[in-house]
Amino acid sequence: MNVKFTHYVIAAATLLFSSNVFAAAPIKIGALFAVTGPAAFLGEPERNSAKMVIDEINKAGGVKGRKLELIVYDTAGDATKAVQLATKLIKDDKVVAIIGPSTTGETMAVIPVAEKEQIPLISCSAGSKITDPIKKWVFKTAQNDALAVGRIYEYLQKTKQTSVSILTVSDGFGASGREQLKVQAAKYGITVVSDDTYGPKDTDMTAQLTKIRGTHSQAIICWGTNPGPAVIAKNARQLGIKTPLFMSHGVSSKKFIELAGEAAEGIKLPSGKVVVADLLANSDQQKKPLMAFVKDYQKHYKAEGDHFGGHAWDAVMLIRHAVENGADTATGIRDQLEKIKGFAGIGGSFNYSAQDHAGLAKDAFVLVEIKNKDWVIVK
Amino acid sequence: MEKLIRSGSNTMKRDLLLFIGFSVLIMVAPQLFAGGYLMNVLVFVGINTMLAIALNLLLGYAGQISLGHAGFFGLGAYISGILTTTFSLNPWLAMPIAALAVGCLAGVIGFPILKLKGHYLAMASLGLGIIMYIVFNETVELTGGPSGLSGIPNMKLAGVSFDSDVKNYYLIWGFTLAVMLFSINLANSRVGRALRAVHDSEVAAQVLGVNARLLKVQIFALSAIISSLAGSLYAHTMTFISPASFGFNFSIELLTMVVIGGLGSIYGSFLGAALLTLLPEILRGANDYDIIIYGGLLVLMVMYMPGGLVRGIPDLFKKIFKPKGGADHA
Repeated sequence: MNVKFTHYVIAAATLLFSSNVFAAAPIKIGALFAVTGPAAFLGEPERNSAKMVIDEINKAGGVKGRKLELIVYDTAGDATKAVQLATKLIKDDKVVAIIGPSTTGETMAVIPVAEKEQIPLISCSAGSKITDPIKKWVFKTAQNDALAVGRIYEYLQKTKQTSVSILTVSDGFGASGREQLKVQAAKYGITVVSDDTYGPKDTDMTAQLTKIRGTHSQAIICWGTNPGPAVIAKNARQLGIKTPLFMSHGVSSKKFIELAGEAAEGIKLPSGKVVVADLLANSDQQKKPLMAFVKDYQKHYKAEGDHFGGHAWDAVMLIRHAVENGADTATGIRDQLEKIKGFAGIGGSFNYSAQDHAGLAKDAFVLVEIKNKDWVIVK
Repeated sequence: MEKLIRSGSNTMKRDLLLFIGFSVLIMVAPQLFAGGYLMNVLVFVGINTMLAIALNLLLGYAGQISLGHAGFFGLGAYISGILTTTFSLNPWLAMPIAALAVGCLAGVIGFPILKLKGHYLAMASLGLGIIMYIVFNETVELTGGPSGLSGIPNMKLAGVSFDSDVKNYYLIWGFTLAVMLFSINLANSRVGRALRAVHDSEVAAQVLGVNARLLKVQIFALSAIISSLAGSLYAHTMTFISPASFGFNFSIELLTMVVIGGLGSIYGSFLGAALLTLLPEILRGANDYDIIIYGGLLVLMVMYMPGGLVRGIPDLFKKIFKPKGGADHA
């Protein structure tokens, strides 16, 4: 009896000791970003932001005494590579969660892997279908296209503009926006009078704009990422089109104002709050993290932090939150993520639940206008 | 295989032995790497080998360039993908339908474009590839457009679903080895000799009674069919496809595999495909410099191994192990 008891004590002590050793091991987090290739404008700030925030967490002693280790791979925006690298992260690097990929196409490709291997995936891309229908292991931090479309339509409804022309880019981002623009129009009493697309690498959109001019629509909505929308803004100006021009949140960075120059003036777009962080009311609970992020990013990379980087920042912080709540395994992190409520991040205020893995509401977006080469909030 | 054995000549026997040796090596490889990420990469080596062989038959044997093979690869993947998702067809049925459709298309297009030679053929095939890429992107209702087509089922055989890397490895390498054997056989046959004759001089070949025009179209269609098979396998392995994987860049990558591996050599295609698929993985450790090293290595290989890896590696060994100075021989 006594001997047995000693055995138990030894066993318990060993267990305690080994768990202590285990606790010191870093928590491995994988990340897939399109750092090179056509989607580099997303991947680069995402990688930078993720590295920055992980370094800061570690400098401050980690989470519950454990450091976070970030393993970043470049997918170059290629879905095949993204899948291969996701497999590598899971099988070779043994990560407990994956952040990214940067684009909707890559994310859709990686989802089957994450679901099968049961590793939480926090995507940084915007496509609504990533979390609709809901997938057990998949979350996202980028605002849904549906919310951005809603923001624009709400404004149009308020200002009694009922006929719109849409011009969308033929890539994943544009396709998703186009779908939402068409689906939601009826709800706001808006009719889409013309529906055109352009190629991601096109350098002249006068043909589409000439056609749109003929439709006499009250507003033009363009859905794309740089540089296409800047070309459209310039072309519209050259053609003397006076119809108000709306853009997507895909161009809400200073880069767009640079590219479009004069032609950017007066364009309205839905944007994450990051570009107007200093204009927000102090009562806005996002103001504090936003200001911190912008300042930090400026300090580390001598560039303006944009909301793309913010998606990665949010993803890391959400994982930190989950770890703080006691999770250190893939299953634990997934379960804790689902319980996160009222987390104020860069993209908005996150409220995940078993029915909602996107976590954001319409207030994640503000409608901004470009005036004097800067952003102004449209009330 | 029967044909190989019956023909009995020494080279044929050697070819057969080499092939059997290679197959055994491929079949035992998973025992060494099973479970890890490398297994997943080796699956893609298989798919790329199949594609490189398809292009090599056209470029290395018949001397006809194509810069649009990623299009045929994509077409196979999309036809399989759409038939099995939207129309819930069995993958085993969808694959031959895709291959047949792509083969017919290539046959029809082959007649006019294979009249062209050199740069003009390169341009025409380039255009063909780009058109297919645009079709994948723009027919959103059918292909899902730029955001891709998901939910493609895995292949199933006798109750076994090919849903893991190891299972897919055997599935894909099974097909790849079959394509290799077929191609080796073809290259050594009368058709293979006729192809090489067309390669060297189309006029001379025609004088000798080879219907060069028809032969070129046939080999173009065959090459497209093999690419389509690879596409179907790719779709069912990945369970997701998007146009980005079938763009112009990939056509160029295939061309690089064939040239680096060695024109007109089936094993060369394997070496080229293996190198170009594995190299980025090996260089990943070099972080941001990987692209420079990758490019540099390719330049060096083209400069110092103009015959491709399949001839360059044996030459390199000879150079290293041959006694230096040559005084001994003199």
